[in-house]
Parts: sequence; structure tokens; C-alpha cells
Amino acid sequence: MTQILFKDINKEGLHTMKVYEELGGYQSLKKAFAQKPDEIVETVKASGLRGRGGAGFPTGLKWSFLAKDVFPRYLCCNADESEPGTCKDRELLLKNPHLLIEGMILCSYACRIETGYIYMRGEFQDLSFIMDKALEEARAKGYLGKNILGTGFNLDIYTHLGAGAYICGEESALLNSLEGGRGEPRMKPPFPAVEGLYSKPTVINNVETLCVVPYIVNEGAEKYASFGTEKSKGTKLVSVSGHVKKPGNYEIEMGTPTSELIYNLAGGIRNDNKLKAFIPGGSSVPMLPADKVDTPYDYESLAAAGTMLGSGALIVIDDSVNIVETTLRLISFYMHESCGKCTPCREGTRWLYQIVERIMQNKGQLEYIEKLEDICGNMSFKAFCPLADACVAPVVSSIKHFRSDYEEYFKNVGVS
Amino acid sequence: MSEYKFSEDQEKEIAAIFAKYPVKASAMLPLLTLVQRADQVVSPEAMVAIGKKLDVSPAYVQSVLSFYTMYHTEKVGKYMILFCINISCQLNGSDKLLEHTAKKLNIKVGETTFDEKFTLHREECLAACTEAPMMRVNDTYYGNLTEQRIDQIIDSLD
Repeated sequence: MTQILFKDINKEGLHTMKVYEELGGYQSLKKAFAQKPDEIVETVKASGLRGRGGAGFPTGLKWSFLAKDVFPRYLCCNADESEPGTCKDRELLLKNPHLLIEGMILCSYACRIETGYIYMRGEFQDLSFIMDKALEEARAKGYLGKNILGTGFNLDIYTHLGAGAYICGEESALLNSLEGGRGEPRMKPPFPAVEGLYSKPTVINNVETLCVVPYIVNEGAEKYASFGTEKSKGTKLVSVSGHVKKPGNYEIEMGTPTSELIYNLAGGIRNDNKLKAFIPGGSSVPMLPADKVDTPYDYESLAAAGTMLGSGALIVIDDSVNIVETTLRLISFYMHESCGKCTPCREGTRWLYQIVERIMQNKGQLEYIEKLEDICGNMSFKAFCPLADACVAPVVSSIKHFRSDYEEYFKNVGVS
Repeated sequence: MSEYKFSEDQEKEIAAIFAKYPVKASAMLPLLTLVQRADQVVSPEAMVAIGKKLDVSPAYVQSVLSFYTMYHTEKVGKYMILFCINISCQLNGSDKLLEHTAKKLNIKVGETTFDEKFTLHREECLAACTEAPMMRVNDTYYGNLTEQRIDQIIDSLD
């Protein structure tokens, strides 16, 4: 299987400049600096790379949206990895910090940016020390700082730690947090490309997205686009967790069947139980029942199956579980993480929690299901950011595919 | 209320933090983190001191810190145990393990032990789902937990 991001991931000392360079690290810089910045943007566009954080927006296009001739501009790397089920960025940050730095240098050169921040979730403090060390090494080598490799291009990159708030992974909330405020999402438009950090044009990309860029610059857009499907190009890191024998982060070519991830790479279902459901893209996307397990793992196929690729976190659930329990846990998460700015989200998540909790206490009625769907309808697309929609996903999909799990509780109404 | 004093080393660190940003306000979270690392909590005195550094009111400092779960205004134990209970951990039995941990420490979830050594909190996803069930003790991640392993970890901390 093609390995682009994980090719050398378990090489000892990969996090050091020495080993990273021995393996060909930072080679892309010379290649990039020989080109005009706009050419790099065009190359990334042509590669078909799409944002790996969750939304899947074309990366090159995002870069080209920056407000013309407005400076300074900023790059924010979103390393706030908090989507339940997702832990791929953590592995990259831990084992290959220089790859991210190289990707950020390329992006900054392409977009004429002179300051970059890596916004890491507060719990990643130990990783921020690793990253600070790598940044120091890159400065010493002249890959960061003034007049990089004699090109006249200046760039510095800094780490910035959050302090525990899922919502700060949403790009506009991330900006507010980085500016020293409460991490509440902003109204869009204006989009960050026009008015982002400190009201200046800003690129915000996920760790994995930026880590792909060195490969594209080195090998060319065509080579990268030769992997994957017609519309989902390249490879994807997938965090497989839950009821599998070998949970882990796996790099697959886009379009690989989901069943290959579960049964081959992750070793199948633990205790040889049967697969009941899976959530393909992190807790914010709709779950699918077992019969959809052959769905190719790419943006379009998963969308056609009624879900999303999201952040690339495949959560596997076996038949020992009542899905209502899982759903309640997810609602509880969104209720906890709702920032409280918008009413549909703040109140909706709580109502969903209370109703599903009642169902689980055998105090439910059949009408509760309709009530849940009604509340979900009033939450979808009605808030500043997608957190409310994320909470709706497990509720609506669990009712759609596993209504009988809810009905189990109705049979026991009155039994405590 | 007595005045909060930053140490000489902290002042140096603060200067380095300010140098990272074009505006002072961005140093808010880094300063809160710096204070908490030294004091384990962010006291009202520290909020005043941080406000002064950033030219904002102490009330604004408090409004920001209250948004984030990692800042504490009340004393916590020497070891902060954050026990992940989110989906991948739940599927791998975190609820029972959390119960076990609370029993082992003889406290309820959310409480601090009498000797102020441990605080136990329920935590949302910590991005280590492939090692579920997991917990974070201060800065260290511990994965693939079992009752036995939890006991060993807790007993090994002094």
C-alpha cells in the first residue's frame, strides 16, 4: 500500500533534524524556492489535495482565496485534534514534527506569509516541547528566520497551546482563542482568507494536510493525483479504534474499501464478535450499519452512503452494544463542549441528552423518537458553527439504522 | 488581596511569550498556563497580575479562563487524573475502569483525595483513541488500561 505520510514513521530518531534530513527531509524547499509562489499554489490545486481536518475543502483553492495584496498574512496550523476517534495528527506531531514544519514553510512561501502558528490542544503540552525543539533546529539550519536560504523570504513559526475546548478546532473559534479570547466561533463571512487572525488574511490547515505538501512539491501534482479515486486524490490517515483487534493509525489510498481497514489492517472485530455499526469519520458524522462495510473509503463514496469522511476516524462497534448507549455518550460530549453562544446548540444538545437518558431509564414513550427528530431538525444548520450539526448526526443516524435498539427500552417501560 | 509577583524566570518566559505575537492579548492563554504550571491554580491575585500585563481587566481574564476546562481556580491534587470516557474508550470499558479508579482512590469522580495527592476527573476525548481506554495523569498519557495497570500506575506515583 502506498505510504506517503507514514513511509518512515517508525524510524528511530525521525523527530530529529539529522535523521529527517538523511531521509530526504527539507529537499522540497530548494525546489519550491526556484518557482514563483503562485506556481506552488497551482501545483497544490492540481494535486487535488483536500483538507484533512474534516471539511475536505480543496487546499489549493483555499490558499488562492487569500485577499489580494493585503499583508501581513498568517498561517495557522490546526493541531487542536479533538474529534472523538481521531488521533492521527498526534502521531505525526509526536514522531515527525519536521514534516509539518516543511509543509508550513512551503505553504507560507506559496501564500507569502511570514508568520505561522501551530495551535495545539492544551493536552498536547508534551508534544509542543517536541515541536519547539524541532522549530529550534529548523531555525539553526536557516530554514526559518530571515532570508531563508538566501531567497529573501522570511518566516517564523511558533507553537501556541489551547487549554481544553473542543470547539477551538473550529477555525474561527481557533482564531478567537489564539487572539486571547474565549473560543467562540465567529460569524462567516468574512472567511479567514479575507479577515482571519488579527483581521488579516489567514490560511488555516490541518496538520495532515500540511504534511502532504512536501510530497506534492517533490514528486509533482500528477504523481500525488495518481493515487486514490477520480475525485478523492492521494492517501488518507485513518485512526481505527473501538472494537477491533489492532487499533491504530493506518495510511490507505483513498477508495480502499472500509472492510479492508476493519478486517485486514485492524485485524477484525475483537473476540470475533460481529460488526454492528461503524462511524467512518469521527463522532460528528452519521454512523452506518454493518451492511455498508464495503463502502470505499473516500469523500464521494461515503457521502453517497449517507455519511462523511470527516477527520478520518473509523470507530468500530460490535454487536455487544446497544447503540442508544453510544449515542447518549456522544450527545453528552457535544452538550459538554457546546460553547453556549447559539441557542439551538446550547439548548438542543441538553434536550437531546435528557430525552435519550429518559429512554435509557425505561421511562420513554414511542413519541420520544419523533421528538428527538423534531429537535434535530431545529438544530441542523441553525447555529454559527457545525457543532450542533455534529450532535445531530449520531442521533438521526442511530434512529435511522438502529430504531430497534431504542424500541428495546420501550419494551421495559416502567421497569427500573 | 496581596499583590502577585512573577519570579525572575517567569518574567523572562513572559518576555519570550510576548515576542511571539504582534498583539499582547494573544499571550492570555500562555500566561494562564504559565501561572498554573507554577501554582497549580489560577488565583484571583494572578488574574489581576495577568490583566495588568495584557492591559485588560481581571474580570476579562476570568471570563476567558472560565471558558477552558484546563484552568483551575480551586486547589487540585498533585496528580490530576483525566480519565477519558468518550466513545472509543467507552467501547473498551472505560466506565467500569473509571469506577474502579474512584474506588481505589476512595473518592467520587470530580473530587480530590484527602491528602491532596490525586484529583480524578472525567475527560472528553484526548486524541489517543487507538490506545483506548486511556487516561492522562498530569502531562503523561497512559493507554491500554486495565484495572491492574491502573493500580500499578497509581501506586507508582509518590
